[in-house]
Amino acid sequence: MKLIAAMSGGVDSAVAAARAVEAGHEVIGVHLALAANPQKYRSGARGCCTIEDSHDARRAADVIGIPFYIWDMAEEFHDGVVEDFLAEYAAGRTPNPCLRCNEKIKFAAVLDRARAMGFDGVVTGHYARTEIGEKGKTLHRAVDHSKDQSYVLSVLTIEQIQGAIFPLGDTTKVDIRIEAEKRGLAVAQKPDSHDICFVPSGDNAGWLRDRLGSEVGPIVDQDGKKIGEHKGAYTYTIGQRKGLGLTVPTSDGSPRFVLKIEPVTNTVVVGAREDLAITTMRGERPVWCGPAVTDQVEQGFVQIRAHGAALPCTYYFDGTLLVATLEEPLLGLATGQAMVIYDGDRVVGSATISETE
Amino acid sequence: MSDQLQQLGNPSSLHTHGRATRKTLEDAREAIAKKIDCLASEVIFTASGTEANNIALKGLFWNGKKTGKNVVVISSIEHHAILDPAHWIHTHEGAEVVQVPVTSDGVIDLDFLRTLVSDRGSEIAVISIMHSNNETGVLQPIQEIVAIAGDIPVHTDAVQSFTKTPLSYKKLGVTALTLSAHKIGGPLGIGALILRRAFEIPALLHGGGQEREIRSGTLNAPSIVAFATAVADSYDSKRVSDLRDSFIAGVKRLIPDAYINGEKSERLPGIVNVTFPGTQSDTLLLLLDGAHVSASTGSACSAGVHEASHVLLAMGHSEETAQSSLRFSFGATSTQSDVDFVLSVLPDVIIRGRAANK
Repeated sequence: MKLIAAMSGGVDSAVAAARAVEAGHEVIGVHLALAANPQKYRSGARGCCTIEDSHDARRAADVIGIPFYIWDMAEEFHDGVVEDFLAEYAAGRTPNPCLRCNEKIKFAAVLDRARAMGFDGVVTGHYARTEIGEKGKTLHRAVDHSKDQSYVLSVLTIEQIQGAIFPLGDTTKVDIRIEAEKRGLAVAQKPDSHDICFVPSGDNAGWLRDRLGSEVGPIVDQDGKKIGEHKGAYTYTIGQRKGLGLTVPTSDGSPRFVLKIEPVTNTVVVGAREDLAITTMRGERPVWCGPAVTDQVEQGFVQIRAHGAALPCTYYFDGTLLVATLEEPLLGLATGQAMVIYDGDRVVGSATISETE
Repeated sequence: MSDQLQQLGNPSSLHTHGRATRKTLEDAREAIAKKIDCLASEVIFTASGTEANNIALKGLFWNGKKTGKNVVVISSIEHHAILDPAHWIHTHEGAEVVQVPVTSDGVIDLDFLRTLVSDRGSEIAVISIMHSNNETGVLQPIQEIVAIAGDIPVHTDAVQSFTKTPLSYKKLGVTALTLSAHKIGGPLGIGALILRRAFEIPALLHGGGQEREIRSGTLNAPSIVAFATAVADSYDSKRVSDLRDSFIAGVKRLIPDAYINGEKSERLPGIVNVTFPGTQSDTLLLLLDGAHVSASTGSACSAGVHEASHVLLAMGHSEETAQSSLRFSFGATSTQSDVDFVLSVLPDVIIRGRAANK
């Protein structure tokens, strides 16, 4: 096949490109320039798309022996990922930008462009697997569960999965670094990226405050009684306990947790730990990674964080919303996050959590 | 060059080995001087055309500054090797930089320059206008610029023109002129500044004063000798311009809405800049590269992201059409079958390029 390998300048995408070449594909390396004003250097594990990263990607492509180009996706990234991130926070939800990037950039803008240019698909260094079976080409967890990235890929449609190649899904991260070393790739020991790539300081709350302002508002209890003040509702997350700065103690001295963020009234609602508990979640804009979920109730697992646990549940689609009911109650679930349904290690589909109870 | 690499002598040393190296180096200097029509003593070797441009622009500015001249005049289509030093002079030395605009045909606006010189001539420290543009190949009227400038020193970046089109330092009448070896088939990393005999300008590099106290550093004898060898190579400009014209005719036939930038102007024989509406040039570059055709997009920023060419923008292009343009170059070794091959792959590349741009 003719493939585009998305190369970030990190070790995973470099090995993925090398493996694709070895598998006999015709591969071209592409580095996505996602920041309009990239920083010159990476600082530790933070940030990506620095000039240094693009040099690392180019060097890896040269060592592998494939052509290399840089594609400017800064505008698409800003509109589809950064703006979405801000809008979600402004609406009191907690978005996952990596998911959005896969949905709108890597397997949409890049894959579309690649296909128009005559390529068959996109290779990435994600830790996930695909299988071809009676359900068609399906998306699965990586063998290395600690590095599994199927959660952030759960927004891919069947059509997008068709064009996605994940060569690293059968290997652990430790072995990928060893392999990179053997292949003479200088990025073998480069630190993993963490945090949000477009917030290079790592200070998400400060970054949001600079862009959304910091309007002081009330912190209220469940009866609506004001018991404190916050410095911008979006800097809080559901389930948060620390940093609330409350001086009015509860009657029994038990701690308070953030239960709800109401952006319209700029209010943060707090309450007792048990009030965080939810058993049902509903998600909008569902995407099916294989056969569509129906109104038939099925048994499976739901995951609500990138590296969270798979929670046993039942699930069905009510025609508008994906509904999952947990076997055990869960404490603290923010809307805006993705609920990803698994059937064993197969990704069934995902939706953006809009309601919990 | 390989013979030179075996020679041990430092050309500035006084012993036998040093003198032997000095002899071949000075032979090379004379050969280059002869080709550009200047005195051998007017050739100052540098490590690049960029360095020569920096010495000329900054040096001539500092000279002028001594007598209160604070204006640097360049054109809006200069190479980054002039644009960036001019920007540096502005931010670090407080100079006012005036960019002379160009017409839609890519030639600098002489009326603008005339008015500027007549209004503010006494404030201008230096005028630097390239001899020909590296993206469009359009030749600039340097002799007329020198006539307008009068006593104001004029520098010209002639990197692109050297050996491709008649070029005489003497006839042009400029104070300083920049050359680079790799543009004429010589090695990378060697250039020269031609600077009028006995004309003093401040140095950028200090430490030995090897080149007229204006440029210090051990002379790169092997590269200088190779530079002179490249100068001696023949360049059949008629043959190259015929190839270019056959390419242009083919492009117009196959892609009817494509157009040539600077087509009405006098141009270098080997450069064609084409706009293919509805495409992104970096996509075309990738597709052409895949078909073993090397074309080039204007310039890339430090992150490697393709940017709209400032040259095409200055000629009146929109961001969009500037981003749809590619430069094709033909050299002494290009053949008609090369041209035919490019034309055979071009239509499919343009179709895919347009599809990818939707």
